[in-house]
Amino acid sequence: MSLSLYVEVLIQGVLSGLVYGLMALGLSVIFGVVRVVNFAHGEFAVLAMYCAFVLFGLAGVDPIIASLPLAVAFFVLGYAMQRGMVQPFVTRPQHEQFILLVGVALVVTNGLLLVFGPESKHVDLPYSFDSYTLGGVLIDKVRVYGAAAALVATAALFAFFRLTPTGTAIRAAADNLTGAAVVGLDVKRLYAITFGLGLACVGAAGAIMMALTDMTPMLAPSLTLLAFTIVIVGGLGSMTGALAGGLLIGVAEAVASLVVSPAIKSMVSFALLVLVLALRPQGLFGKAES
Amino acid sequence: MTAKTGWMIDRRSLLAGASATIAAPAVVRAQAKSLKIALMLPRSGFFAQAGQSCYRGALATPKVLSDLGYNIEIVHIDTESSNDVSRTQAEKAINDGAQCVIGAFESGNTIAIAQVCEQRKVPLVCNVASAPQLTSQGYQFLVRNFMTGPGLVTNGLKLVAEVSKAANMEFKTAVFMHSNDTFGTAQGQAMEKIFPTLNMPFKIVESIAYDPKAQDLSVEVTKVRGINPDLLLIVTRAGDAIKLTRDMVRQKFQPKAIMSPGSPGLYDQEFFDAVGPYADGFIYNLPWFNVKSQMTQALEASFKATNPKNRFDLDGFNAGFTFEALLIAADAFKRAGSGDGETLMKAIKATNIKDHVMIGGPIVFNEKGDNPNIGSASIQNIGQKPTVVYPADVAVAKPILPFPAWQGRK
Repeated sequence: MSLSLYVEVLIQGVLSGLVYGLMALGLSVIFGVVRVVNFAHGEFAVLAMYCAFVLFGLAGVDPIIASLPLAVAFFVLGYAMQRGMVQPFVTRPQHEQFILLVGVALVVTNGLLLVFGPESKHVDLPYSFDSYTLGGVLIDKVRVYGAAAALVATAALFAFFRLTPTGTAIRAAADNLTGAAVVGLDVKRLYAITFGLGLACVGAAGAIMMALTDMTPMLAPSLTLLAFTIVIVGGLGSMTGALAGGLLIGVAEAVASLVVSPAIKSMVSFALLVLVLALRPQGLFGKAES
Repeated sequence: MTAKTGWMIDRRSLLAGASATIAAPAVVRAQAKSLKIALMLPRSGFFAQAGQSCYRGALATPKVLSDLGYNIEIVHIDTESSNDVSRTQAEKAINDGAQCVIGAFESGNTIAIAQVCEQRKVPLVCNVASAPQLTSQGYQFLVRNFMTGPGLVTNGLKLVAEVSKAANMEFKTAVFMHSNDTFGTAQGQAMEKIFPTLNMPFKIVESIAYDPKAQDLSVEVTKVRGINPDLLLIVTRAGDAIKLTRDMVRQKFQPKAIMSPGSPGLYDQEFFDAVGPYADGFIYNLPWFNVKSQMTQALEASFKATNPKNRFDLDGFNAGFTFEALLIAADAFKRAGSGDGETLMKAIKATNIKDHVMIGGPIVFNEKGDNPNIGSASIQNIGQKPTVVYPADVAVAKPILPFPAWQGRK
């Protein structure tokens, strides 16, 4: 097999990994600040996919372009959800948070099944079947666009946390909740913004994924599992970890498929998960519990 | 006087009327000529697309059977693509009076139903299900009007050789790609066993199993591209057939032919909707409906009336086998004159239906409960329409080989 095929597979892994990373970033951000694990993460990604599908059907909006308005819409949804539903559970036992969010997941999946049915849906983009050729290496156009959009969204989120006063306040609340309250930060509002940002990541990632793959409501649990694998490998609560975890899983799956067998694709990500849990339980970029 | 006799009822007439009214239910029961059938299909869940396709065939069936003098009552049941739901729903259907069960498209679901039917002595007619164990485990109340997995592969491979010969096309190397779900794995195992025995004119240089639920199959296609075989043999369902096609087009992978030795996916509505003109050129070897049969034409007419938004050419495989399963039950009931399980099963086993929908000889059942007369055909997607291209007696077009170029299809 020629070197160009290996390069191709590596690039495909990186491109997929960037989108996976954006999706997982939402889960990591919410947990890192609010300390709530969003068990409905994959369901919100699928909800975003259906929203992109509807936007494409009604107005012909390319799902990758739709990732911007959907990120905004999902931010509002996340903000409202945190304020109206999740906030009372923040201080309650984890099993109660789990039940709440699993309930939300069931409502979303069954609602989508009721409205759209069980058949898979897709969008026909004019460039769905196109590719770039660079020195004998073929790269899917749709994956390049998707990865570029994911990269922009990720960079925007990093910039928000690093460069804005609200971002700094959220990081302060994540580092020292009591200290943040003492200096007068509105922690509830910061939590709501964080939850909104988490869902904005999912909204954007879901819209991008609509351009890459077909979807059904039943896709949600596998996306939740994928996001969990990535954030645990990268380090739960670490933004850099989520991005690196996404890239690592994307590349590892692609290379293992080529070198060993495509049938072991999923096994590779779980093997990585087990390895990380055994050798570095806090994840590659996570902080060890003091 | 005239007015008086027009509406007045004497005591004798009143008594006769009352007696008739009281006796009516018994008379109706004695004269009941309708067979109550539980039609169990995966209308939601993983196999929903195929289940819905079978269901549309069932909706078209009563009109055709009624015209042929048969009388059935169908109770539609969703197995939700789940073995557990299949089992409990079969129990419920029999408790509710089903005299015969038909289903269930997926082998695992069908095995779950078969266990209940065997226990309750209610006949089960399989419409589509290929797992060999269905008819090798000694079930007395089961018949299958479909091929076994090994049968599909044997016929499918023979047709690969014959159709390529008919098109003057030679292959030296092939790669075999199959999904790693129950069906794909069974087909892969059958291929491993059967291929060496058939003296095929090409070698399988690589066998690749993949996860049909993966987000994409780009790496798998890259791997095949690296091998660059003359022929790509595939066993898919609709979802993975779509991903495979997209990645082959994007990677400009163009073998001499892409053929399925016997699997669904390439003729599904979902596949045509998703890939459009890129669906053309694929060849799949399967039991198929005989477009030249009068009964097929009657079923197609009824299908169009009951499912105006769907295409019979895409649903014909599932609709045809579901129709035939209902026909087998209705015909047996007519001959037996009873819905009693054992009597009905005897009549089902004695089935001999010459005129029917699918390609092949008369519908009969061997001692195991399989129909040995089901034939296969080579179907090629031409103009986004499944078209029978081989054998010549049922073909409506000639096979197009080599595989038409991806470029310029938009």
